[in-house]
Amino acid sequence: MTRRKPASAAVALMLVVGACSSDDASTSEPAAITLVTYDSFPDAETSMNEALQAFSSETGIAVEILVAGDTGTMLSKAALTVGNPEGDVMWGIDNTFLSRALNEGIFEPAAMPVGAELPPEFTQLSPDGLAVPVDFGDVCINYDLAWFADADIKPPTSLSDLIDPVYSDLLAVQNPATSSPGLAFLLATIDEFGDDGWQDYWTALRSNGVQVFNGWTESYYGSFTGAGGSGRPLVVSYGSSPTAEVIFAEPARKEALTAVIESTCFRQVEFAGILAGTEHPNEAAQLLEFLVGETFQAELALNLFVYPTNSAVELPQEFIDFAVVPESSRSVGPERIDANRSNWIDTWTSLVLG
Amino acid sequence: MSALPRRVIAALSIPPSVGLAVFYVWPLLTLLFRAIDGDAVQTTLGRRATWEVAWFTLWQAVVSTLMTLVVGLAPAYIVARFNFRGRQLLLGLITALFVLPTVVMGAAFLALLPDGMNQSIAAVIAAHVVFNLAVVVRTVGPLWEQLPSDMEGAAATLGASPWRVFTMITLPLIRPALVAASSIVFIFTFTSFGVVRVIGAAGTRTLEVEVWRQAIQLGDIRTAVVLSILQMVMLAAVVMCSSRAQRRYSQPLGLEPSARRMPQRGSERRQVALIGFTSFAVCGAPLFALAARSFSTPSGWSIAAWTQLGRTEVRPGIRLGIDPLDAVRNSVENALWATLFAVVIGALASLAIAAARNTGRFLDVGMMLPVGTSAVTIGFGMLITFDQAPYDWRAEWWLVPIGHALVAVPFVVRATVGVLRSVDPQLHAAAATLGASPTRAWRTVVVPFLWRPLTVGATLAAAISLGEFGATSFLSRSDSETVPIAIEQLLGRTGSLLQAQGYAMATVLAVVTIALVAAVDRSHQLRTLARSTVNGPN
Repeated sequence: MTRRKPASAAVALMLVVGACSSDDASTSEPAAITLVTYDSFPDAETSMNEALQAFSSETGIAVEILVAGDTGTMLSKAALTVGNPEGDVMWGIDNTFLSRALNEGIFEPAAMPVGAELPPEFTQLSPDGLAVPVDFGDVCINYDLAWFADADIKPPTSLSDLIDPVYSDLLAVQNPATSSPGLAFLLATIDEFGDDGWQDYWTALRSNGVQVFNGWTESYYGSFTGAGGSGRPLVVSYGSSPTAEVIFAEPARKEALTAVIESTCFRQVEFAGILAGTEHPNEAAQLLEFLVGETFQAELALNLFVYPTNSAVELPQEFIDFAVVPESSRSVGPERIDANRSNWIDTWTSLVLG
Repeated sequence: MSALPRRVIAALSIPPSVGLAVFYVWPLLTLLFRAIDGDAVQTTLGRRATWEVAWFTLWQAVVSTLMTLVVGLAPAYIVARFNFRGRQLLLGLITALFVLPTVVMGAAFLALLPDGMNQSIAAVIAAHVVFNLAVVVRTVGPLWEQLPSDMEGAAATLGASPWRVFTMITLPLIRPALVAASSIVFIFTFTSFGVVRVIGAAGTRTLEVEVWRQAIQLGDIRTAVVLSILQMVMLAAVVMCSSRAQRRYSQPLGLEPSARRMPQRGSERRQVALIGFTSFAVCGAPLFALAARSFSTPSGWSIAAWTQLGRTEVRPGIRLGIDPLDAVRNSVENALWATLFAVVIGALASLAIAAARNTGRFLDVGMMLPVGTSAVTIGFGMLITFDQAPYDWRAEWWLVPIGHALVAVPFVVRATVGVLRSVDPQLHAAAATLGASPTRAWRTVVVPFLWRPLTVGATLAAAISLGEFGATSFLSRSDSETVPIAIEQLLGRTGSLLQAQGYAMATVLAVVTIALVAAVDRSHQLRTLARSTVNGPN
C-alpha cells in the first residue's frame, strides 16, 4: 500500500466536504451564542423558544440550541471538552450530577452576577455561584387512585409502609445504575433511613416483591396500572406525572387518575452555568440572566413540567389544579452523592439484583 | 479476480482507507491517548465484574448467533429461491425489524411476551434472533439466489433426498455467505445495547452497556475506554477467524443472474407456504403490536394520535417542539447521504478486498471495526478530535451521515465480496482470450455481478441510517431531530396521547422502511429484466 496518497485524498475530501457546508460558516458571527442542553429541551416552536427569540431581538444576541443528549451524556461531553466547549451556556445539570460538574470544572464565573431572587436553599448547593438553579421538580412514588379504591386498600403514605405485606408485589422502581428517577428514589431512601439503614430497607423491599426496571418508560408505560399497564399500581415517577397525565390525556379528561405520595418525594434541582472557555463571556452572562428572569421562567411549567426557581413567577392554572409541591422534599447534598454514588449503586445492585 | 493491475487495486483501496483513518482511527486513537493509562487497564481488568460481564457478553452472543442462523435459513431459502406473492413484503418486514430503534421494538416485543418470559435471558436471545433475521436473509440470499440450480437438480435426479441435497450441495456452496452473516450477527449481538437494556432484567449487562454506564452514568471515561478496547479485541479475534473461513470456503461458481421461480410441485408449494406464513407471523407480530399501540388509549381505541401527528400544537397553547414532518425530512436526508457514502466507499473497498489477497484482509477487518466499537467511544472520540479549526466539525450536519456510513459500509462489503469472490475466473480468462484488456475484461465480467449486492447493501445502509444506529446518538445536534430521536422523546414523556404518537411515528418509520426495501427490490428486478432483454443473459 502506498503511504503518501491518502494525504492528498484527505485534502480532496475536506475540500468537498467544506464546499458542502460553507453556508453554515455564518455561525461564527460575534453576536451568536450556543445554549447546550439536554434532549427534552424543545429546540424550536414552543413558547420557550419564542421567549428566547424575544431575548435575541432585544439584545441582538442570536441563541442557537445545541442538544447534547441526556443529562449524563451532556455532562460527560462537557467534561471532555473543558476549555474548548461545544457552546457557551449549559442548561440542565441536576443536583445528582452537580458535584461532578463542579469538580470537572465545566463552568466559569459569569461576567456579571445574576440579579434575580432565587431561593437560598437552591443557591447554597453551588456556594460560589458557578451553577445557577433554574428549575426544580420532584421524583415521587405515583399511585393508581382507581386501583386502590377497587381493592379497598388504603394507599401507602410513607416509605416504611412499602415494606408492609399489604403492599407486597405492588411497587415498580427503576435501576439506579441506568435511570435518573431510579437514582433519585434510592437517594430518597438513603435520606430517610441513613447510611446504616437503607440497605436493610431495600432487603425488605426485595422480600416484599419490588420489581426493578431498567428505565422509566418500561416501568411507567410497561407496568403501571395508572397508565394503562397491567402490572403494578405503585411506581417511581415524577411529581408532575399526574398533571401531565391530565393535560396529555387521550381522550381529554378533567380529573387525575393518579396521585403522588408526598413523603416519598426527592427534590431534583436543575442548574445552568457558563461553560468554561466560552469565547463570548458577556453575551453568555446576559443569556444566563435571562434564563432566570420572569419572562423565561414563566414558560417552564407547561413546557418542561418543572417549577420555576424564580419565585416571582405565577404558575399556570392547569399546574396549580393537579400538581402538588410537597411541603418538604427529601434531598442529599451534591458532594455526598458524588462521593458515594458508585458505592451506593454497587451495594444496591448486589442487594436487590444479586 | 486477481487479474487487476496492482496500482488499480491500490487506487481502489485509497478512499476507503482514508475515510476509515480520518473518521474512525484518528478519533479512536485521540480518545485512547487522552483517557487511558496503565493504572486504568490494571484496575479494570483486575475486577471480577469485568470478566463476568465479558463472559455474559460472549455466551449470549454465541447462542444468539447460532439460533439466528438456524432460524434464518428457512426464510432466506424461500426468499432467495422462489417468487411468491408477498415476497417483497416479507423482505420488508424482516428488514424493518432489523432497523427500527430498539427502544421501540423492545417495547413492542415486551408487549407480546407472556408475563413469565419478561426480563429473562431467553427473551433477550429471542429478540436478538427476530431482530437479526434480516442479516441472514439479506446476506445469504443474494448468493443463494444466483447459485446454479443444475447441481441441486442433478443430485435430486440421482435420488438424493431434499435434506441430503441441502446438506451436501447447497450448504457448502452458501457457506461463505453464512460465515459472513454469522460474523455480522455476532458483532451485533455481542455489542447489543438497546435490547439488553429494554428487554433484559435490570442489571443484565453486555460490555457495550457497561461502557455506556461507566462513561455516562458514572463519568468514568478511563474505565469505559478500557472496556471498549476489551470489547474490540474480543471481536477482532472472532472477525479475523471468520474472515479467514469465508476466504477458505469461497470458491468460483458459475453464478446465474437469478434462479428465482414460482414454487411448482405440491410439496414445494406447501413448504413455501408454511415457511412464509410462519415468518410473517413471527415478524409481523411485533410490528402489529406497534401499530396497535398507536391506536390504544386507557379508555379504548382512538385515532387521535394519527390525526394530530402533523400538528405541532398538542394542546391549546402547548407545543412539544417535536415536529414529526421535520423529523421525517431530516431522517430521509441523512439516509440519502449515508447511503451515498456507504455505497461508494463500500464498492471500492469490496473490489480492492476481492482483488488483493493479503492487503485485502486488513481492509476487510478494518472496515468491520467501527461496528464492533462501542458507540460511546466513537462518539466521544469524534467530539474531542474534530474540535479545532480547520477541522472543527463537531456540529456539522454531515458528521451524522458519515457516522451512519461507518456502520453501513461493512454490510455493503460483506454482501459484495462474497459474490465477487465467487465469480468464475474462467469467464475472465475467456474475455482475456477474446482480446479484452485486463480492465475491460474485469469491467465486462465482474461489474455486472456488482449491482445485486450493491443494491442490497444500499438498502441496508439507508435502513441503518433511518434507524439511527450507534455513535451518532452521542453527537450533539442542532435543529435536526430525526425520527428515532423524536420517538424516544415522545415515549419518554408522561401522557397517553404522547405515547400513542410515539408509536404512530414508529409505525411510520416501519412503513417507510418496508416501502424502501420493496421499491429497491422492484427497481432492481426491472433493471435486470431490461438488461437481460437488451444484452441477453450474462
